[in-house]
Amino acid sequence: MARYGMVIDTLKCVGCMDCVVACKTENEVPIGYNRDWISYETTGKFPSLHQEIRSERCNQCDNPPCVYCCPCGASHISETGGIVLVYEDKCSGCKACMAACPYGARYIHPEGFASKCTFCIHRVETGELPACVSVCPTYCMSFGDLDDPQSDVSKLLASRSNHSLIPEAGTKPQIYYLT
Amino acid sequence: MKSFSRRKFLQISSATFASAAALGTINHVTKGSKLFAGDKTKTGTYQVPTYCNLCFWKCGAIATVKDGKLWKIEGNPLDPLSNGRLCPRGTGGVGAYSDPTRLKSPLIRTGARGNESWKVVTWDEAFNYIADKLNTIKAKHGPEAVAYFSHGIGGNFIKHTFKAFGTPHIFAPSFAQCRGPREVGFELTFGDVIGSPERTDIKNTKCMALIGSHLGENMHNSQVQELSQAVENGASIIVVDPRFSIVAGKAKYYLPIKPGTDMALLLTWSNILIKEGLYDKEYSEKYGIGFEQFAAEVSQYTPEWAYTETGVEAKLIIESARELARYKPASFIHPGRHVTWYGNDAQRSRAIALLNALLGNWNHKGAFWQPTKMPIPPYPYPAYPEAVMPRADNPGKKYPWAGEEEGLTNGIREATITGNPYPIKSWVVYATNLMNALPNQQETLKAIQNLDLLVTIDVIPSEIAGYSDVVLPESTYLERYDDLHSSPFTTPFLGIRQPVIDSPDDQKPNWWIAKQLAGKLGLGHYFPWNDIEDYLKFRVDKAGLSYTELKEKGIILGAKKPVYIEEGVEEKFNTPSGKVEFYSTQLAEKGFDPIPKYEKPEEPPVGFMRLLFGRSPVHTFSMTQSNPILQDMIEENEVWINIDIAKQYGIKNGDYIKLKNQDGMVSNKVKVKATERIRTDCVFMTHGFGHQSKALFNTYQKGASDSHLVTKYKTDPIMGGTGMNINFVTIVREA
Ligand code: SF4
Repeated sequence: MARYGMVIDTLKCVGCMDCVVACKTENEVPIGYNRDWISYETTGKFPSLHQEIRSERCNQCDNPPCVYCCPCGASHISETGGIVLVYEDKCSGCKACMAACPYGARYIHPEGFASKCTFCIHRVETGELPACVSVCPTYCMSFGDLDDPQSDVSKLLASRSNHSLIPEAGTKPQIYYLT
Repeated sequence: MKSFSRRKFLQISSATFASAAALGTINHVTKGSKLFAGDKTKTGTYQVPTYCNLCFWKCGAIATVKDGKLWKIEGNPLDPLSNGRLCPRGTGGVGAYSDPTRLKSPLIRTGARGNESWKVVTWDEAFNYIADKLNTIKAKHGPEAVAYFSHGIGGNFIKHTFKAFGTPHIFAPSFAQCRGPREVGFELTFGDVIGSPERTDIKNTKCMALIGSHLGENMHNSQVQELSQAVENGASIIVVDPRFSIVAGKAKYYLPIKPGTDMALLLTWSNILIKEGLYDKEYSEKYGIGFEQFAAEVSQYTPEWAYTETGVEAKLIIESARELARYKPASFIHPGRHVTWYGNDAQRSRAIALLNALLGNWNHKGAFWQPTKMPIPPYPYPAYPEAVMPRADNPGKKYPWAGEEEGLTNGIREATITGNPYPIKSWVVYATNLMNALPNQQETLKAIQNLDLLVTIDVIPSEIAGYSDVVLPESTYLERYDDLHSSPFTTPFLGIRQPVIDSPDDQKPNWWIAKQLAGKLGLGHYFPWNDIEDYLKFRVDKAGLSYTELKEKGIILGAKKPVYIEEGVEEKFNTPSGKVEFYSTQLAEKGFDPIPKYEKPEEPPVGFMRLLFGRSPVHTFSMTQSNPILQDMIEENEVWINIDIAKQYGIKNGDYIKLKNQDGMVSNKVKVKATERIRTDCVFMTHGFGHQSKALFNTYQKGASDSHLVTKYKTDPIMGGTGMNINFVTIVREA
């Protein structure tokens, strides 16, 4: 079975937020909420600075605390590529998943259910890339099957230094950042 | 589990830069086609190819309407500018349609100018009012008393109306408040301009120096895409900026220059290249003129001296110069875009051009390309009336290299204030917010007081609309046809803008406004076509292309032509000497320095810092802050202050302060970004925020306006542009 993940090249990313805008229109994310966002990390003292820019979202964890803690069975791991999804009609909006997620990836939709990045599964199922990946003007994002050694994502991980976010939380995040 | 089409996936991921067209034809139907028979109450999806208007880059786009609602806008894979990927503003173009502040119907002013009180009128009433006033002004003062200002391709048809009216006064701030100096500097040197899109070959470069250009924050789509490709190729990037910009984070060499001293660095770089014998000697001998004088002149500028002026260590200056030389001719110094900084900007641009000349890179792969363009014959209109009076914006050609096509906006403002050389009585303003585009708002207000008629045509109620007598609401680009688009680029192409969805209220497209107004002015014969599509089809047919195909695909590509010397382009220079002019006789004859010289910038008064401004990736000028989607990304601007300075003032990230400039002008309150990423002698903010128009209710007074603080400007003696980075501000704690 496929295990979908993303590999994002922080050297190319300019933090322009196109991924955030594209997600907003594609998924009709309400104003005031976002499924993805940009993090800027600057270290050093002027003018010797280092900067890492990251496009962040739900890490589609392989060991997802948000799924384990869900009292309603709404949060679940989908059969398609192991993506973490929410059955909106089952969700009570109790926010347990929000408390469990170390990445702050979830929000309560104004209609009362928990919501977050779906890796644009509706697009992926028709052979398209997630909206954020397909829009990026710097081509910094790659999406694919991490279990397939021939996929772009696997090849990038094999050839470049990389890290994931808060791996010590034990969530097994499926998004990697090339540095 | 649904099987995942790996093949399609691969196809997509391999279609990165060059082979986007391999994605093939787009499966779409145009609005009103038989699939939905134009019935928007039906459920379903349709797509319309068009081109973006969130900035002037004009990327090819495909808009999708779902169940009658505008859903999303994506790049057109056939388009060589976007390669199927729009920038965040283009993607957020959906919000241009749903912007709650949009102008809905024609308005005539009822209160005092600037009070923003209006009565709603019909289009006919508005046109009658405008035509009456314009005809009276023409009878009394001549057609030259009317000035038309526009920005972007949407201004073309109304421009035609005013040329037919007989005025030579057609303006765009893009010259004197933006890229004019660069065009003049390069033309004086190489005999050709940079143009838009910039003819820089970022994707093939091995080394590129950016002088204040903040690509990545400045989202000119093709340039940003190519920047990423340069990063991937391992190109050396040199960033010269008082602020550690986004692209500085990707640079091999970051030169934290003291603002206003760029010329010292540029001339020193030239000196190093010559002294160390690193320049292209053969090139300058074969194609250059006046090289010896140039070499002698710049020999005074040593790296050690440059350090004292620029604050950049001599070693860094030397190493970065050598890096540029190492990769010549596939290395270049980017000419920038918004370059009206210090009032000697044409000379600074010339210094940039001359450095490029030392690298022997003009029209060489990895540096600059020779633009190619799809030739589209113009529509055969009757000839315009000859101007009786010489232009008023540049009397006596005081600024010898002022552009005539875009004019001197500040020059016509001056004439409007003084009535010299003759009175200017009307301004008609299309899609450019003159209050924020021109420096010194008080002067603009003074000029407005002398007008008998001020008309603004725009999508949203900008500040200049607030001062207008008549405001005409335009349809957004998603609701209208526009002129054909064929920009000079590496590949000739033709793009069409066509309506995706109906206008929600009584908004009308610019072509319709232009034609109706011409009719009311008795100039109807200048618009021999009935409908815009007659005009478009006529031109496309004349070009030997298929209008149906253009409508279907949105883009038609022309045959690729050579764009580099390496592909057969000739080494040719349209200067008077036919050579690259290291020494400019043209400049000398007009009394200017034939070779650029360094002048020390003015120092900030004690307790003041230089005010710098630039771009945000999600906004364009002052025209997108009310767009609900883009506003959701960045709602207000911040003022960047060096963290140590912030500490001295006892302010921290997120605090609100005000800024006061040297003339006592105080800004709106603005959020502090206390950061390591800027020098201590300047502050930075993004342009376009701090709106004063109450009608822009969702963005009213959010953030601060740099335009408000730019009270001082210095006019470039060569081309008349307004240097605006000469204002200083101090921090006022919010009470
Ligand atoms: S650069 Fe961005 S805003 Fe400008 S035309 Fe292209 S997509 Fe639109």
